[in-house]
Amino acid sequence: MNLENVLNPFTVWHVPLGQWLETGLHWVVQHYRPLFQSIKWPIDQLLKAFDSALTGIPPVIMILCFGLIAWQIAGWRLAVKIVTLLFVVGILGIWGETMTTLSLVLSAVFLCIAIGVPLGVLTARSSRAAAFCRPILDTMQTIPSFVYLVPVVMLFGIGNVPGVIVTIIFALPPLIRLTTLGIQQVPEEVVEAMRAFGATNHQLLLKAQIPLALPSILAGVNQTLMMSLSMVVVASMIAVGGLGQMVLRGIGRLDIGQAATGGIGIVILAIVLDRLTQSAMSRARNVTLAWYKRGPTLVLTNILNTFRVRPAARQGVQESRNGTAI
Amino acid sequence: MEAHSIEFKDVWKVFGSNRRYDLTCIQDGRVSKADLLERYGCVVAVAGVSFKVEPGEIFCVMGLSGSGKSTLVRHVNRLIDPTAGQIVIGGENISKKSENEMRELRAKSIGMVFQNMALLPHRTVRDNVALSLELRNIPAKQRHDIAEEKLALVHLSGWGDRYPDELSGGMKQRVGLARAMAADPAILLMDEPFSALDPLIRRELQDQFRELSMKLRKTTVFITHDLDEAVRLGHRIGVMKDGKMLQIGSPDEIITKPRDPYVEKFVEGSSRLKLLTAESVMAPLAEYSLTAPANELVGARRLALDANLKELATVLNQSSNGPVVVSDREGKDVGVVTTAFLLRGIEERA
Repeated sequence: MNLENVLNPFTVWHVPLGQWLETGLHWVVQHYRPLFQSIKWPIDQLLKAFDSALTGIPPVIMILCFGLIAWQIAGWRLAVKIVTLLFVVGILGIWGETMTTLSLVLSAVFLCIAIGVPLGVLTARSSRAAAFCRPILDTMQTIPSFVYLVPVVMLFGIGNVPGVIVTIIFALPPLIRLTTLGIQQVPEEVVEAMRAFGATNHQLLLKAQIPLALPSILAGVNQTLMMSLSMVVVASMIAVGGLGQMVLRGIGRLDIGQAATGGIGIVILAIVLDRLTQSAMSRARNVTLAWYKRGPTLVLTNILNTFRVRPAARQGVQESRNGTAI
Repeated sequence: MEAHSIEFKDVWKVFGSNRRYDLTCIQDGRVSKADLLERYGCVVAVAGVSFKVEPGEIFCVMGLSGSGKSTLVRHVNRLIDPTAGQIVIGGENISKKSENEMRELRAKSIGMVFQNMALLPHRTVRDNVALSLELRNIPAKQRHDIAEEKLALVHLSGWGDRYPDELSGGMKQRVGLARAMAADPAILLMDEPFSALDPLIRRELQDQFRELSMKLRKTTVFITHDLDEAVRLGHRIGVMKDGKMLQIGSPDEIITKPRDPYVEKFVEGSSRLKLLTAESVMAPLAEYSLTAPANELVGARRLALDANLKELATVLNQSSNGPVVVSDREGKDVGVVTTAFLLRGIEERA
């Protein structure tokens, strides 16, 4: 062994990790592909449900629905903004693509919540689970998304479902982390008080920890939403449709117009979703009025009450009017 | 619910995860506290405390922060498990109870009030008060009725729909008190409940609490670092230092006969005049009537046994220094106070 090899042993000694991984992956693909294919099924159903709902409803009704939701959550100002923004999306002629992307993002976020919140609770409660999850979450957050694009395609194929899967991998970590943080930040004395009044672990979680961690969990949902949206373009490389596909195709053909339009669609969608979740968050922080005493529901109950003639109902109107004044 | 007694039998609590120390060495003093901390990373919070709180009694545990008083009170509902020793509630050793039985006991028989209130900010005042009932799955209508009743008890009727954020500190702590009493528990644990409040509100709450506890007669362990508070509220006071109970006695005993230099220092600044009551200065009625003119007591004003210096002085002034009759709780006349008796009482204590 010459001196050069001693000083730089890595020319001779190295671990062919890349080869191992490739062999391993091939083996998994060969033997377990049906298993991975079966995982696709529930995601596919969810995606189809969202997609048929969003693309099936006529744009005008959809815009109205968004407006009503925004009014209920955050008041009429935001409702006006959101209706305008969605109107712009329609005018630009990218309504269909936007709804496809939205259904993808919603499916991904829905699954992220279903996976992330319980995992976050688990890691907040058990330090062993936290120690186990931490390096995995670190990896998920730092590894470039292109790296897992290929294995996912090999295992799940191409299309919208694998797109949702890569989006989940990319967007899940902040939700888990913020859920954990939120639960750990519940004041110790509140936990103690719950225990002093005889709460079971289950009751402690549902009646104190989760409600108090809600602003933090919603911040996590907001993060997950934004990250899912930013994954849309990357995911379009594995044949995911929607706005990302527009951008990708636009770049490929040097069609600046198409790419920019798609980009603007993504930005508008991001603004709409962000504002909605942000205001849901600030509402979770300061609860002052029950949801049925605000926004369109209040108007609706008032209208219903005026049509009733019974004096008791009249009183009800009076009460809910007083409710708005607070 | 009938009152229970609480008995501590040689309770020890050592904090720290290290289990290699030998408790007997600590108990007989072979390992000092400094050694224990340095060698094992453990801290003795409660060191061999034994005492009994009688049914219906208010027992004040007094001590500075770090004296182990808050740790001690958490043994009663086993939020903290003792390292050694027993806690017996109403004749039953609670160390042997399972986690489920313990939860039941906490929800039904032990109410607790915390220094920092620890209300749930996302719930209305009513839902906060009804917490222990809700945890026992009592139907909403019933528990809300009970909550309203308890809110009335602490003079907060009509605040049930508000959120804790909308309340002042004193009101929050009254909600805390109502919450502790919602299940009508036999035992109340008060962990420095009024310490975080400003002096005026504190005084007001102390009065309210005294009034309430006279009415409800719950066995109470009341933690405080304020001697005045302990004297005002406690039937008996125990002074704690470094996890040990230095002296247990009536407020009068603690202040007039401190048995330990630390207790002496603790009570030094406190005025003994506060402990002057009609009972302590009066002459028994029979004795007084022997020497007094026959008609002197006709139309004399009446005072309760526990009337304090101010009340005595006021009433004596109003009856132009004539004798005042002291009557007991049943309304029976038992003694007489004159200005001369009062002055003698002040002289003894000044």
